[in-house]
Amino acid sequence: MPSAIACSGLNVIREDNHILHDLSLQVPRGAIMGLLGPSGSGKTTLMRAIAGLQRIESGSITVLDLPAASKPLRHLIGYSTQSASVYSDLTCLQNVQYFASLYSHNEKSPEEILSDVDLTRNTHQMAGSLSGGEQARLALATTLVGAPQLLILDEPTVGLDPLLRIQLWQLFNTLAAQGKTLLISSHVMEEADNCDELILLRDGRVLAQGKPSELREKTGKERMNEVFISLIGTP
Amino acid sequence: MNLGRLVAMSKRVLLQLWHDPRTLSLLFLSPALLMTILKYVYWSNPHVFQQVAGSMLGVFPMLVMFLITSVATLRERTSGTLERLMISPLGKAEFIGGYALAFGLASFVQASAVSSYAIWVLKLKIAGPQITLIYAAILDALIGLAIGLAVSTFAKNEFQAIQFMPVVLLPQLLLSGLLIPRPAMPRILNDISNYLPLSYAIDATKKVISNQGSILNDSLLIFLFLTVILAAGSLTLKRQTK
Repeated sequence: MPSAIACSGLNVIREDNHILHDLSLQVPRGAIMGLLGPSGSGKTTLMRAIAGLQRIESGSITVLDLPAASKPLRHLIGYSTQSASVYSDLTCLQNVQYFASLYSHNEKSPEEILSDVDLTRNTHQMAGSLSGGEQARLALATTLVGAPQLLILDEPTVGLDPLLRIQLWQLFNTLAAQGKTLLISSHVMEEADNCDELILLRDGRVLAQGKPSELREKTGKERMNEVFISLIGTP
Repeated sequence: MNLGRLVAMSKRVLLQLWHDPRTLSLLFLSPALLMTILKYVYWSNPHVFQQVAGSMLGVFPMLVMFLITSVATLRERTSGTLERLMISPLGKAEFIGGYALAFGLASFVQASAVSSYAIWVLKLKIAGPQITLIYAAILDALIGLAIGLAVSTFAKNEFQAIQFMPVVLLPQLLLSGLLIPRPAMPRILNDISNYLPLSYAIDATKKVISNQGSILNDSLLIFLFLTVILAAGSLTLKRQTK
């Protein structure tokens, strides 16, 4: 299977801090790849580097067969930051409409996208008056505009209630079934089982990569938290 | 430069403005209020009001546009929406052009309203056509916009952005010929003022008020300044962080 993301020997240094160390990884197309690790492990920096927003020190990143940060990728990547990057003084619909208008081709109408993230009720509500969870979903909606092939989502389910979390994972599965690749970060290990494959990150290094079942087998642990702790202990 | 994205960009900025009635009313009412105060300050010297008021018509839009542009672009930076835009197909020129178009339109409405108020209610006499005065006021507003945009890249937060006003704009105001004709200043100050865009904006409004001389040269020079400042601003918009 061709890979959607391929990093090799990646080093990122920010303000004299060595954030990512000789990192290499591959994400297959159409997969839901979970990026797990404690806060400060480099998840966001890695995502920003793949999205083309972070300058890299050395190594290479290939995204959808193009070098990261190349111009055609701007039509192919959806990226949502940890904080909901939406315009608080526009309505939900206006936010999605605006971002959609920047793309030459849109797969879905803004209304459909709002319905996908369960914000139809809030269509004409100002984004600033939404709850935290609603804002997170609106930010997610703005990444679905255009015709993205790769979605990079930084902690999209943080602060959401269990029911909404399940709904969002169903949406992620639908998107993956359409052939899109999803790179989703989380520091909640329990979300790991929703992913096809996992990358465990610690101190800017890949601790392990594999299917959840493989990681369980490797460590002999059942709960993902224990798997992670066990992997840290493995020399 | 994609026209569709440019228009979408400025439409969004105008929508945001539209949803903020307090900013809108401040935008249109505060210059009128200040002009009224000016009128009564010079109650016993009405000829001074006639001299100063026309130039002030250009100064207000510049100050206001400086403030809203620097704060608005800073908000885009701090809220993460700028980063969101930088990975979209939106070009830097479309981003800056979109702001310039939207706020240029807002300053057109502002300048039309305030100059009409000054002419009809405060009995300000201008010898040249009102539309030329409005045009000069828009040029002033665009100077404020361009400087605000450039400054916002050096500011980390709103506090700092506002602090740039006394540093960047007030010296230009003092040297612009608003207080005293520029040639009457010491040689060195006069020379410096030749390199400041606001000087030509004030020159232009003065020419319209007295209907003496063409403002073509002034506008060309201002557009040259605008191009340089906006280009510098777009250079500092980075798609990638270190």
